Amino acid sequence: MNIQLNLVAVRTVIRKEMSRVLRIWVQTIVPPAITMTLYFIIFGNLIGRRIGTMDGFDYMQYIAPGLIMMSVITNSYGNVVSSFFGAKFSGHIEEMLVSPMSNASIIIGHVSGGVLRGMLVGTLVTIIALFFTRLEVAHPFIMVSVVLLSSIVFSLAGFINAVFAKKFDDISIVPTFVLTPLTYLGGVFYSISMLPEFWQGVSKANPILYMVNAFRYGILGTSDISITYAYAILVGFVILLFSASFFLMKKGVGIRE
Amino acid sequence: MVTIPDLMNALTIRNLQKTYDNGNQALKGIDLNVEAGDFYALLGPNGAGKTTVIGIVSSLVNKSGGEVEIFGHNIDSDFEAAKSCLGLVPQEINLNLWETVGNIVTNQAGYYGIGGKVARQRAEKYLRALRLWDRRDDIARSLSGGMKRRLMIARALVHEPRLLILDEPTAGVDIEIRRSMWKYLQEINEAGTTIILTTHYLEEAETLCRHIAIIDEGKIIEDAKMSTVLRKLQREVLILSLASDLKQVPLLEGFKAKLRNDCELEVEKGPDHNINDLFEQLTANGIRVVSMRNKANRLEELFLRLVDNKHESAGDT
Repeated sequence: MNIQLNLVAVRTVIRKEMSRVLRIWVQTIVPPAITMTLYFIIFGNLIGRRIGTMDGFDYMQYIAPGLIMMSVITNSYGNVVSSFFGAKFSGHIEEMLVSPMSNASIIIGHVSGGVLRGMLVGTLVTIIALFFTRLEVAHPFIMVSVVLLSSIVFSLAGFINAVFAKKFDDISIVPTFVLTPLTYLGGVFYSISMLPEFWQGVSKANPILYMVNAFRYGILGTSDISITYAYAILVGFVILLFSASFFLMKKGVGIRE
Repeated sequence: MVTIPDLMNALTIRNLQKTYDNGNQALKGIDLNVEAGDFYALLGPNGAGKTTVIGIVSSLVNKSGGEVEIFGHNIDSDFEAAKSCLGLVPQEINLNLWETVGNIVTNQAGYYGIGGKVARQRAEKYLRALRLWDRRDDIARSLSGGMKRRLMIARALVHEPRLLILDEPTAGVDIEIRRSMWKYLQEINEAGTTIILTTHYLEEAETLCRHIAIIDEGKIIEDAKMSTVLRKLQREVLILSLASDLKQVPLLEGFKAKLRNDCELEVEKGPDHNINDLFEQLTANGIRVVSMRNKANRLEELFLRLVDNKHESAGDT
């Protein structure tokens, strides 16, 4: 493989993706900022005052890491799925398919675009959170590594969704019926210790629970689950989803006749 | 510019087969050899398999069998080198319509590993050549149909491929732009780029191409030099515009003639007679001819005959 060629190609895809994100900032950056501001006002400020503390933190502090992670996950996923499916739909995916850039570079370029948008929105939501509450980072390395790995996982998931999607409806099914319920049930707004034992067990099958809790541990130093498990799940998903994406690209599923 | 003759084939296709998932056997074992430097026409009726061949060569379609080499590089085992040699102008407009003209071309250079200043210089060179430089900051959506086609050519050329494949590049383009595109394609061919062209405008193929292959129902039914192919034309139909009205068809020995209207005579010429004979007889009959044209383009006539003959011999009449 020509490393230099692929580095330039990946850089080109990333630049193209970021230019798209910034060009349509009203669709990509403003909505999550407004949504998260409303979450902080309604759940954190108005309702949170009546809830009191959770794991020793006031409710606003407790939900802030989960809301940041939620915005990172949905934006990483949404960026890759809409950009890659859009390229497939209008045919300009062929610009990359006819070129000598490798399948891995196509995946890495799009996933990097998703991660960058996730980080951009995550940073913005963090700034908004700081208007409502005080956040001190307990474990900076864990915070950064967990948010990056989670963003990669959901960017890859978005990529796979886009590969299989045949119409625009197909790119909203997974976010609506899978991603949103899993995120809401992933401990963003509550500690699973509040649930009966059976539902605690069921919750532990939700990978988003590990991401939210590990990220919360990175910021607040408290978690419902083992951080080691969280890393194992994150790394496992990255390997699994990248391999699946690579296999699909190699076979040409959804992109080559 | 002096170009060094390249003895290697630009494109070698051996026993290429494609069966789609719905069972449609689009290619039934095709062999093609395109010499480096050639200007090659790949013709055929709709659905004959032209776009499938191009799709496989450019990695947009998975083949069911056979081998493809671009300048000696196998597209399966040496895909990076093979793809680097190839530029594609597809049949359908496949531009990112929300991207600017300049970015579309520089991004394409990036996918070929050409970045920064060189990419920008190349983009300028080809956008100027295709008269799009003034529109570089406009989004592709705002371009006319002809401009979009020219943009696709600029995009395909930005990495300076040795083999350029154009799949119906002038479809829906007005005659003035079509002629300017022909001129530009001839220039880059003369500079050393091998060109493969598919088109339904057979005048275009006859004007530009030196070699022709005709594909029908997934098989190559003709593959020869343009001059050789045209020599096979046994019959030619001429339309003669007459200086004065004619009421009755004159007897022209060795020719079949009929009146199209009062002042136009349609004459069919066989291989054993020449136009001098025809004019001698017309003059002897006191008929003066103002102008003369072929009823159909010569290549068009041959194309129809080859395709029709094949269908007739298969009982498909």
